[in-house]
Amino acid sequence: MRLILHVWRQKSPNDEGRMVRYETNHADPHMSFLEMLDVLNEELISNGEEPIAFDHDCREGICGSCGFMINGKAHGGHPGTTVCQLHMRHFKDGDELYLEPWRAKAFPVLKDLVVDRSAFDRIIAAGGFISVRTGSAPDGNDILVPKEAADRAMDAAQCIGCGACVASCPNASASLFVGAKISHLGSLPQGKPEQEIRAMRMVAQMNEELFGTCTNLGECEATCPKHIPLEVIARMNRDYLAASWKHR
Amino acid sequence: MATTLETSPLLQSRLPSGPIETAWDRARFEMKLVNPANKRKYSIIVVGTGLAGGSAAATLAELGYQVKCFCFQDSPRRAHSIAAQGGINAAKNYQNDGDSIYRLFYDTVKGGDFRAREANVYRLAQISVNIIDQCVAQGVPFAREYGGVLDNRSFGGAQVSRTFYARGQTGQQLLLGAYQALERQIGLGQVQMYPRTEMLDLIVIDGRARGIVTRNLITGQIEVHLADAVVLGTGGYGNVFYLSTNAKGSNCTAIWRAYKRGALFGNPCFTQIHPTCIPVSGDYQSKLTLMSESLRNDGRIWVPRRKGDMRPPNQIPEEERDYYLEERYPSFGNLVPRDVASRAAKAVCDGGRGVGPHGLGVYLDFSDAIRRLGEKTIRERYGNLFEMYELITGDNPYQVPMRIYPAIHYTMGGLWVDYHLMSTIPGLFVIGEANFSDHGANRLGASALMQGLADGYFILPYTMGDYLASAKLDKVSVDHPACKEAAGAVQERIKRLLSIQGKRTVDSFHRELGKLLWDECGMARNARGLRQALARIPEIREEFWRNVNVLGGNEELNQSLEKAGRVADYFELAELMCLDALERDESCGGHFREEHQTPEGEAQRDDERFCFVSAWQYTGEGKQPALHREPLEFHYVKPSQRSYK
Repeated sequence: MRLILHVWRQKSPNDEGRMVRYETNHADPHMSFLEMLDVLNEELISNGEEPIAFDHDCREGICGSCGFMINGKAHGGHPGTTVCQLHMRHFKDGDELYLEPWRAKAFPVLKDLVVDRSAFDRIIAAGGFISVRTGSAPDGNDILVPKEAADRAMDAAQCIGCGACVASCPNASASLFVGAKISHLGSLPQGKPEQEIRAMRMVAQMNEELFGTCTNLGECEATCPKHIPLEVIARMNRDYLAASWKHR
Repeated sequence: MATTLETSPLLQSRLPSGPIETAWDRARFEMKLVNPANKRKYSIIVVGTGLAGGSAAATLAELGYQVKCFCFQDSPRRAHSIAAQGGINAAKNYQNDGDSIYRLFYDTVKGGDFRAREANVYRLAQISVNIIDQCVAQGVPFAREYGGVLDNRSFGGAQVSRTFYARGQTGQQLLLGAYQALERQIGLGQVQMYPRTEMLDLIVIDGRARGIVTRNLITGQIEVHLADAVVLGTGGYGNVFYLSTNAKGSNCTAIWRAYKRGALFGNPCFTQIHPTCIPVSGDYQSKLTLMSESLRNDGRIWVPRRKGDMRPPNQIPEEERDYYLEERYPSFGNLVPRDVASRAAKAVCDGGRGVGPHGLGVYLDFSDAIRRLGEKTIRERYGNLFEMYELITGDNPYQVPMRIYPAIHYTMGGLWVDYHLMSTIPGLFVIGEANFSDHGANRLGASALMQGLADGYFILPYTMGDYLASAKLDKVSVDHPACKEAAGAVQERIKRLLSIQGKRTVDSFHRELGKLLWDECGMARNARGLRQALARIPEIREEFWRNVNVLGGNEELNQSLEKAGRVADYFELAELMCLDALERDESCGGHFREEHQTPEGEAQRDDERFCFVSAWQYTGEGKQPALHREPLEFHYVKPSQRSYK
């Protein structure tokens, strides 16, 4: 397969950056998208050009490292697919593709397609946990969790923290990410004691990191590789509202 | 068992004496404690944020120690533990099916083919129950039954249902639990977190581990970090094979640097091949994807009876299918341990009955299970795995059988540690997959998560206190000659890699090394092949240092440079693996020497000569490493030929 790629190249955080055009004849329908980039990078190195930097690690859609925009769509826009799981059979010979990093004020570009997502970690540090010291836990079956609640918690807990929701949101809102953690922990009896303080702190940190506000457009849900449902944002808003009312 | 082996004086394993059931309690009682008010005066470096490193860093910080934590990923949440799918074992006996701590201990010692320490394994089985409690309390959304109690499933190599799981993402959920505990401590200021920072050397002062040299992967800055103790939870070295189920960034550099600073390396040749991975599709293949072993609970493995049968699977009638595991191992069937299942798959493919375009694959078929349980149940159990398989291969496993083939997955070998998880360098602790300790020559399914969390949550926090309370630690500063020497060596090496400017890419060397190692030191090994590999590896390494092309500079994000440093270490490690595999002239667990097999083709141990841990000591550049032996004694589980028939 022959492909024309336009890739965002930016040497460092302060460099201006620009799109650069590449052609490759060595794409194969069985490759993953990142393998196609690997092959392109090998070609670039052989020509004395620096390879394209992109984050990636597990290459099976679970670590959340990878992610960039392909033709304006986060992870390429295929349902339930991270870019490492996206295979070239979805493209055709001669396709022209535009690759850009996640664009959001809270995710500054570090190099090429690599961005800094440490804002997500700071949001978790602000309240995305259950405070339980090692060794202080009761027996696992002392805490009964209805299957429906466990399933609901798991649906939200699947978030991989890739940042696609932010990148695809016109407001660069992190509400789906934050809502997912609030829903995961809040759906379980173990998470109840800190439910309100968690929502207060996480939302405050989210705002501090300069993520935008949710205006219910739903782009995040449509693009989320783990199918995190929009309802987690409703849950976040509810918890936040209840908490702010009480803690005025 | 008669053994004439003597323990090397370097290997003081500090194993407790007396009854095994109370050994850990006694050991804990005998440990010195650090006064709660004094804990904040001690600093600890933790490298790696997977299940072991993440849980250790969080727990040590909770106790009050000052923790500096490092990972090469952009966030501690991305450590490769996240990719573990199937589950975590615990001897809860919630299913009332005859499980017990002793049975989990027994299964693990036997599964490891009698090459692990009994006392370590017993402790692991004991702690397994606390891990589940801890994780539930943290909010890990384990699968539940309708009554609200925890659900279990069975897993390879076990006849009881003791595996706890969170769909097919158990590792993810356990890691996020540890990550959240860690982030909580970061938020409280108890942990200083350094993401995108790679450890490139260990600093040893007065014989004790006192710090590390790191490279900031964004700025290239080389830094020295000092502490009272160093913990490595840096995972396994499966990527030495290039193609493995490990994440692309997983590497051996931290443990290899520690080895070169004097920590002994235990059982380097013990690697695990996982039987259920998606087969290789082409030369560009960058990694292999695991399909959880839990699939073997409901999937049936088969190949056509006839060689070269190219018919699509659904056109091959039942009587022309060979369900070879069910036939050969009637009592365990498709649930035999990983090493046994992997070798059986290799044997049928070598015999020309493999399926798929390259003939390197076997079917894993769910049609019976779907008929029996309905598609909904199968979707609930394995939905995300089926989805992942379809994304990669384009085939829908609800309709056509999966194709699978074995791949490198886990390394049982690692830095040698004593019962306190301390290496031969005082103050250097090694936890999780990075150490060699609990799985012997083969790890059972759902045991890696158990070990990582046991080490990090429940063992290290005690043994660390004992070390800090008894060690006399002088103040050290970054001006110490040892710091300058280590940082200088790191800078020198980077400069050298950047100055070669040869013709070949780092990946091309890594692929060449990986292929050689897979062929000669992979699923089956023999003396001739190992000798060939030992002759060939130094040649490729020599070419690497002469002809590799690393573009760009140090003072920037440079992924080629990161890879080059790791691959340079793989060359050295690969040689040690082959040497260890050659030296261990027996078969055991995942180490299958073709010269030593039973008439049925099973691994044949030689307990007279090899019932020991091999611990290798670095003796200098270009010199043969020295082999030290720690004999293994079995007082509870009598070594026998493993049988899964």
